[in-house]
Amino acid sequence: MFWFLAAPGTFWLVVFFLAPLAIVWALSFGEQTSLVDTEITGTLENYVRAVGTPVYLQIIWKSLWISAIATFLCLVVAYPVAFLISFVRGRWKMLLLVAVILPFWINLLIRTYALLAVFRTRGFVNFGFEWIYNTLWLDTIFGRFQPLELLYNNFSVTAGLVYVFMPFMVLPLYASIERLDKSYLEASLDLGASQTRTFFRITVPLTMPGIVSGIILVFIPMLGAFLIPDLLGGTNAQMIGNVIERQFKAANDYPFGAALSFLLMYATFGALALRAFMAGRKSGMEI
Amino acid sequence: MGVFKRASQGPLDYHRRLWLRLYVGLTFLAIYAPIITLIIFSFNDSRRNIVWRGFTTKYYWKAWNNDSLFEAFVNSLTIASVSTIVSTILGTMVALLLWRFRFPLKSAYEGLMALPIVVPEICMGVAMLAFFSRVTGFPTGWIWPFNLSAITAAHIAFSFPFVAIVVRSRLAGFNRELEEASKDLGASEWQTFWKVIFPFMKPGVIAGALLAFTLSLDDFVVTFFTSGPDTLTFPVKVYSMVRFSVTPEVNAASTVLVAITIIVTIIAMRFQSPEKMARG
Amino acid sequence: MSESIISIRNVTKTFGAVRAVNDVSIDIQANEFFALLGPSGCGKTTLLRMIAGFTNPSAGQILIDGQDMVAVPPNKRPVNMVFQSYAVFPHMSVEQNVAYGLQVVGTPAAEISTRVANALERVGLDELRTRMPGQLSGGQRQRVALARALVKQPKVLLLDEPLSALDAKLREQMQFELSQLQQDVGVTFIIVTHDQDEALSMADRIAVMQDGNVDQIAEPGALYEKPANRFVADFIGKVNLFDGEVSGTQAGKLTVETAVLGKVHLTHDGEAQHQVCLAIRPEKIRISKTKPDVEGHITTRGRITDWAYYGDCSHMFVETENATQSGAVRLGVVIQNDTRDAVDALDIGDDVHLFWSPDDMLVLND
Repeated sequence: MFWFLAAPGTFWLVVFFLAPLAIVWALSFGEQTSLVDTEITGTLENYVRAVGTPVYLQIIWKSLWISAIATFLCLVVAYPVAFLISFVRGRWKMLLLVAVILPFWINLLIRTYALLAVFRTRGFVNFGFEWIYNTLWLDTIFGRFQPLELLYNNFSVTAGLVYVFMPFMVLPLYASIERLDKSYLEASLDLGASQTRTFFRITVPLTMPGIVSGIILVFIPMLGAFLIPDLLGGTNAQMIGNVIERQFKAANDYPFGAALSFLLMYATFGALALRAFMAGRKSGMEI
Repeated sequence: MGVFKRASQGPLDYHRRLWLRLYVGLTFLAIYAPIITLIIFSFNDSRRNIVWRGFTTKYYWKAWNNDSLFEAFVNSLTIASVSTIVSTILGTMVALLLWRFRFPLKSAYEGLMALPIVVPEICMGVAMLAFFSRVTGFPTGWIWPFNLSAITAAHIAFSFPFVAIVVRSRLAGFNRELEEASKDLGASEWQTFWKVIFPFMKPGVIAGALLAFTLSLDDFVVTFFTSGPDTLTFPVKVYSMVRFSVTPEVNAASTVLVAITIIVTIIAMRFQSPEKMARG
Repeated sequence: MSESIISIRNVTKTFGAVRAVNDVSIDIQANEFFALLGPSGCGKTTLLRMIAGFTNPSAGQILIDGQDMVAVPPNKRPVNMVFQSYAVFPHMSVEQNVAYGLQVVGTPAAEISTRVANALERVGLDELRTRMPGQLSGGQRQRVALARALVKQPKVLLLDEPLSALDAKLREQMQFELSQLQQDVGVTFIIVTHDQDEALSMADRIAVMQDGNVDQIAEPGALYEKPANRFVADFIGKVNLFDGEVSGTQAGKLTVETAVLGKVHLTHDGEAQHQVCLAIRPEKIRISKTKPDVEGHITTRGRITDWAYYGDCSHMFVETENATQSGAVRLGVVIQNDTRDAVDALDIGDDVHLFWSPDDMLVLND
């Protein structure tokens, strides 16, 4: 019975997931010997190149920065949403939760594409700005409205990341706010603390597990984002994901791409270990 | 006298605060406005303009008659269907395994099972690319639908751990005494499974299957890296169209995909409340 | 206007169509230990939460020390609360929990540390200052909640079912300690409880609530011996009730016709409806195997059907002979086992005579 249940899933995981990852891992210590051949030589050259070449180092830094800023913005946007949902009762709670989850199920490509249509020079954001501009009669003073270049820069990539990953942030936050015993908030108010102080001294610390989960849940995929910087950032705002893609497709430099890809994996494992560590420390404190 | 300054809200009635409602309302507007405009303008009778020029369904017909787009769509649905069936079976078995048995290194095994969920998509995508380019002759050049098997295998690999999680969280609510009662009343192990345990876990299995279906339809990155030159899938086709321009035809095709996923999701919600999903 | 520290005036609270609190008026004096007693859902907790400011009344006024509290948020009210779950902040140490309420209002650090130390000493937690709440027992957490509220020097301390989460032995000890504490600190305590023993043993005065209404406000003794109506008599302690009809009144004398006891003559000063209810507490019923030789007592006969031995006393049920159409009537009787052979004197199946003085009997309106 044990083997009957264990064998198929384990087989699939090993053959179609762990083996491919192992190949990439091995490749990251390899050298390109000809156009089609690579030899695993155990060299660290690819990693050195990734963190030693200013161009790549810069992109790694930029990816970290953009992801960090986008994660922070997600948190700021998502917290009030999660907070409201956990205080709403009945039908509305259900509806709001569905509304948060629904974008998950819409293809990432379509969502990114929808954003593209909104941000382009002849898109709705510029359209709206122009309307306001003309309504205020600014065109008579400053001349014709010049559309803003909203696409193909760091702004559009950050906005795209926030847009796409925000729902991932809401759910863990919601789960931890919902679990929070509301009498802690009442006790704080009762003891004379204002609403603001109660929020920062009681609500935020007590929902910290949710905040940490949310941050990790959105930061890791943001760091590895490929489609969003590709479509919204163009050549001006590349992230690690784009560089990896280029190594495996156009540049055909598998070992270097593999090394970059595994740098991303190591970062992921680091973040997960951090979360496990925090969870372990927190559990001693829970009642 | 107190009547005039009576506060209608309690101090913890945050959901009644107007500013919070406005903030959340605007957030939802920002989330949905781009998708809704995409849907609306798929019916706009104008190629390039963002001004409304009247209702039309001609772009749906155009998308329908676009042979390569249609082929890509059929391919994607085929991949999603096969992936759903296989990953539901695999995921359910893993869920039962983790629920029923204790074994050495169990938590490590669980960690490995969760790996496809946490690994960045691009890492998985390039791993699939590297893997299938090494396994020569598979599946390039095979006849339809077997030329899709690489993508399908990859989709199963990242879908079945999700199914396992959904089914297992359902099983966690199972009262083991029901199983003991069944055996006490004379049922065999096998009868107990099909008559007591399986009916209980069925909503979880269905929810997991629907999740697997949407995961497969939604995927872009893994499909993009795994698909060979002769396999056309919907996301990859749309991607190549989007790179050139924003067209109502793409809007129309996207709307159809959105409609399919939303319908599947609504069915899934009937089987598992979103609250449970939020708690994982 | 009055010297009451808390004055609840015609307060009503509706949740949708439900009237949780219905036109309640209570005045509570300074330094009083006041209890709100009633079954769950009677509105007592809602009333307490309105005093604390977590819920606003739909109508009516709440005055604390003469000031209208309706528009005042909970953090500005001179009352503090001990929560049913204690709500001791899990991310702060014992000391930090107690200091919290002083810090947030900007009390100087030096004053905080002396006041916190005093409060912890008062509740006997000075040794556990640096512990986290997760490392404390339920009883200790309750002491933290008490210290945390008292350190604010509130005009009124509100306690929401403070003993319900404790085991029986600790509960008895805490009942005693709370009364002691209230006398020491000289602060008005308002306690919400569903446990009559808690209310009777600790409170100076008790308000009995039912379905959002206050049925009676009285001292514990008066509540037991002179309940205002059938609900209060039934809720506080055990009681035997007989429905009856008033057949004659004259000069404080009442004649009541009952199915079980026949005609009963009682003294009663006060109003009586036509339909009344007569009540007798089980411990006031005398029991004898032989026909008692008493004048003017109410008497009836029956057979012992159930017997429960409690050591100091025994409870029994006696089925009366003159059964009504609806079947036999069972009367609860309590006897004190004041001699060692008392336990053997009576047994199940014995035919007995029951009798009591009409002065011990109460006339209750519904």
